[in-house]
Amino acid sequence: MAAPFIQVQDLYKSYQRESLEIPVLRNINLEIAEGAFVAFMGPSGSGKTTLLNLIAGIDKPTSGKILIAGTDVTELSETELAVWRSRNVGFIFQFYNLIPVLTALENVELPLILTPLAKKARRDHAEMALAVVGLAERMHHYPRQLSGGQEQRVAIARAIATDPAIPVADEPTGDLDKASAEEVLELMDRLNRELNKTILMVTHDPRAAERARAVRQLDKGELA
Amino acid sequence: MELIRLLFRNVLRHKLRGMLTIVGVGVAVMAFALLQTVVSAWYAGVEASAANRLITRHAVSFVFPLPLAYRDRIAQVPGVNKVTFASWFSGVYIDKNQFFARLAVDSDTFFDVYSEFLVPPEQFEVFKRERNATIIGSDIAERYNLKLGDIMPLEGDVFPGQWEFVVRGIYQPRDQTTDPTTMMFHYKYLEERVRQEMPQRSGEIGWYIVRIDDPENSAAISQEIDSLFANSRAETKTETERAFQQSFLSAASAIITAMNIMSFVIIGIILLVVGNTMIMSARERTHEFAVLKALGFRGSQLFFLIAGESILLALFGSALGLAVTFPAVAGFETALPKGWFPVFYIRPETVAIGCAAGLAVGALAALIPLRRVLTTRIVDGLRHVG
Repeated sequence: MAAPFIQVQDLYKSYQRESLEIPVLRNINLEIAEGAFVAFMGPSGSGKTTLLNLIAGIDKPTSGKILIAGTDVTELSETELAVWRSRNVGFIFQFYNLIPVLTALENVELPLILTPLAKKARRDHAEMALAVVGLAERMHHYPRQLSGGQEQRVAIARAIATDPAIPVADEPTGDLDKASAEEVLELMDRLNRELNKTILMVTHDPRAAERARAVRQLDKGELA
Repeated sequence: MELIRLLFRNVLRHKLRGMLTIVGVGVAVMAFALLQTVVSAWYAGVEASAANRLITRHAVSFVFPLPLAYRDRIAQVPGVNKVTFASWFSGVYIDKNQFFARLAVDSDTFFDVYSEFLVPPEQFEVFKRERNATIIGSDIAERYNLKLGDIMPLEGDVFPGQWEFVVRGIYQPRDQTTDPTTMMFHYKYLEERVRQEMPQRSGEIGWYIVRIDDPENSAAISQEIDSLFANSRAETKTETERAFQQSFLSAASAIITAMNIMSFVIIGIILLVVGNTMIMSARERTHEFAVLKALGFRGSQLFFLIAGESILLALFGSALGLAVTFPAVAGFETALPKGWFPVFYIRPETVAIGCAAGLAVGALAALIPLRRVLTTRIVDGLRHVG
């Protein structure tokens, strides 16, 4: 039997506030298969965003291991981790986090700068990613000229432009109206089903969680 | 898209702030260049000094004359190549505000020693033949619209009386460091009238200019010349031309030093202006930089974005400042009394320092925001509300 794509072992994360140590995640053990679509739910402060950040390699655990496709990301240096993220992780944030001075196309092309692709190939990839999210005709628009739903779709295009193995989404529908949220969830569902992406999503929204193949609950820093 | 496009977009992101920063840097660079140009103008005489020329003057003061008879004895000193002399004539041309140096010179030797005054040979021949002929600098000719053959009437003060000179030569300065505003005429013409009207002052000159074979021997030759006239009625002081010119600046040295210091304080002000802009700019974009880091952008790429933006702002400002410095210097020179600074131009070094300062200020101003961006954890940056 093949090893799980993502393995989290004895994960512990705490923050130091002056002399006080505040535990955020405790005793997390988790296995996620390749091509899974997992939603992490739980009340505010339960540690679900922290867990997502640790798996995505933008934060470091206090102890424990996170193995992704055989690589222990907790052992990587900052530079190695940056390279690893650029190749393996696509980020979808609640507030889209597009660069306001760049067009939709340029925003999607941004992570492709980190790849060895030539200029023309980068542009083709970015246009294709925008076509996947249905925004080909809006590629030259700036974020301020797009609706919230469209901005989030551009963010999804940016997240998939480099063809990462793990798109991670932190409250992807949290700032959207119902119709836009449906569009975004439909898109993530397609990424998972059609492109076999391993999607990890943090959400408060039960309708969003329904789209996931598996839901993991966190409470007070522990997996239920 | 290349990263440089994002860099340029960031420079233009806050147009008003960017423009104000660029203009602020520009004004500061212009002030720096203007002050440096004024300081250079003070030192123009020093800069133009030749290493192989010594000046022998009266030991008590430059204003006291020396006997003409010293010339032959100085010429005998080993290592001396040629001796010439000059006397300060002063006088008033048109009115007292029209200042330029007027010298009675030994026309047989003076222009050999001062080869930086380029006189056309045919003009020099005519000058030599005519007793009251004068050679003037090209700036004097231009300023007073004087042509060859024109009469220059002067009212004497050091040598009282009405004097008339005929312009027979117009010299061109060899380079920008040469004073183009000197008037020179025959010492013999001066001596002729002095002998008749002020016989007690006959046979006196202002100072000797001594050309030597080897500048390395200037100290020994100076000592040798001065020892010739020790314990005489007119003891001498011999020094290099550079030291002689520098002695004129001693009275103004405090002002010159203050101007020099001020010009570099201005560089510090530029640093604060650009630094302030960059700190504000980076703080506002903490969230964006965190996103870039999350996407995989490394420290070197963030350095390129932040330092590049800072350096571009400083360089645009420096370019603007240097561009307006040229008309500003021209305007400043026009505003000064004529002849105040005979040599007044923006030296290439000033332009180079202005550009280098812009580059250095840009790089330095990026350090604090860069450190902040690089040390801020991604998760903290993503939580930042700017």
